[in-house]
Amino acid sequence: MKTDSSTAIVQPGGRPASTPLAGAATPIDLARWMIWPAVLFTIVFFVVPLITMVLVSFWVRSGGTLVPDWTVQNYVKFFTRDYLLIALRNSIEVTLLTTALSVLLAYPLAYILAFHVPERWQKIVLILAVLPFWTSYVVRSYSWLLVIGDNGILNKLLLDLGLISEPLRLAYTRSATVLGFVHFFVMLLTLTIYANLIQISPSYLKAAQDLGASTIRVIWHVILPLSLPGIAVGAFLTFVITIGDYVTPQILGGNTEVLMPQAIMLQIVRTADLPMAATLSLVLMTFVMGVYLIFQRYLKMDRV
Amino acid sequence: MRRLLLEVPAWVLLFAMLSFIYLPVVVLVLFSFQGSDLPVPPFDGPSLEWYRRVLANDRLISSLGNSLIVGVASSAVATLLGFLAAYSMFRMAPKAAGLVRVLLIAPVTVANLIVGLGLLIVFNLAGLGRSLVAVGIGHVVINLPLCYAIIYSQFGDQLRNLDNAAHDLGAGDLATMSRVIAPVLIAPIVAAFCVSFTLSWDEFIIAMLLSRFDVTLPVMIFELMRAGLTPEVNAAGTIVFAISIFTAVIAALTMLLKQRRDS
Repeated sequence: MKTDSSTAIVQPGGRPASTPLAGAATPIDLARWMIWPAVLFTIVFFVVPLITMVLVSFWVRSGGTLVPDWTVQNYVKFFTRDYLLIALRNSIEVTLLTTALSVLLAYPLAYILAFHVPERWQKIVLILAVLPFWTSYVVRSYSWLLVIGDNGILNKLLLDLGLISEPLRLAYTRSATVLGFVHFFVMLLTLTIYANLIQISPSYLKAAQDLGASTIRVIWHVILPLSLPGIAVGAFLTFVITIGDYVTPQILGGNTEVLMPQAIMLQIVRTADLPMAATLSLVLMTFVMGVYLIFQRYLKMDRV
Repeated sequence: MRRLLLEVPAWVLLFAMLSFIYLPVVVLVLFSFQGSDLPVPPFDGPSLEWYRRVLANDRLISSLGNSLIVGVASSAVATLLGFLAAYSMFRMAPKAAGLVRVLLIAPVTVANLIVGLGLLIVFNLAGLGRSLVAVGIGHVVINLPLCYAIIYSQFGDQLRNLDNAAHDLGAGDLATMSRVIAPVLIAPIVAAFCVSFTLSWDEFIIAMLLSRFDVTLPVMIFELMRAGLTPEVNAAGTIVFAISIFTAVIAALTMLLKQRRDS
């Protein structure tokens, strides 16, 4: 779109418009330089820290300071310590579970929104469905504790109904962590999937129905394949954010198990071992990047 | 009849999902008005006691101040840099722009925890240590890509003509940018600032890693939560929620008004 402006930049005089008129003061081409503040900022405060992190991951912490030892012992430690490998496995399991459940719950919601809710109500219901997005991210996990805690609303309700005789242990478990994540990502995925669904031309659905397809078959053979890009984008976002999140497992998961971000924070806060924290972060980043590459290829194949 | 059979489950499901989404929010807000010491049933309110305590809690209030300062300052910087970069990119030859675009967008692909850890290590090695300024820098890093993307997406052919007209009339880049482009793009600029502010306002892990004594509100609330469940956190959380919604609504209204004006 933006590159296709060749017609626009030639003005009636037939002269490239960006050349100033003869006689007008020739301005210095400042625009060329305006990119630099952002570029320099990103290099200094993003690229340099990442490179430093890679270097520091080969250092060791000794006597309270960082020593440039140039050793791979941190990486060896990661691959030989059970609890670190388990942290990665836990992270992957929780993330996959979160992503799958979020898609399964968000899809019907987005579908109903796009095809059952009258058009003029759609925007309002959609806004309503994503409003809690703006609850504070720390407080959102805490709020779930109030719902599922031992003396929380859910246990209270089940006790009062006589369905259980003592409170269910719901908080501070992996399920609680997944619940907290799913709650957040259902909102996000509803947005991305809905945006995809409303782009599907109604004539496709009409055609399928006219050819005698049942509602289920229309969904399975027409709507679902056409909405895969929206699912993929949302699922990937879910994956990336979930696997790097510290707060939700820390508040809702309690001390039952450690996920990667928690393992990283333990290295920073508990033992001040920044080289080990850097190593774990890089392992996590590499993993996410690998998943991204696989995802990207899948997305391209999907489009062909 | 058949249609009704399909519609009823759809509406039940819609209602169930909305209930699920709203359950924790309702519980949070409801028990911020709790009369007793625990934010769990039975509800014996309404009482404003916990809001009074939040307002009387000096550390909470100063952390709220810190969050506002960091949010406004980092969003202003991110919006300014994002706008300059977007305008520059708009004027640049497309082929030079590719690599720069990747660089500018890259920080969103990395977890905040890793952005924060990288900065922590660099600041430590440089002997700068942790501070509110460090937190602000971290927030600019994560918000700059968004500000740039939001503003850049609004540059179109119409602006190309305006830009050329201004230059033809002899205006330099600076004058064109500040007197022609910026006023036209005021809506996305305000929206970028607001989105950036809500993200900074809510950000936890970078603030946790890079602040020392002058913590931000999310870090302060996290500290409060360690003491267990208390309606004070509910009240503070409700206030945070209200301010976020307020900012988000301003962003949405700005864009909506612009759309209406355009059409």
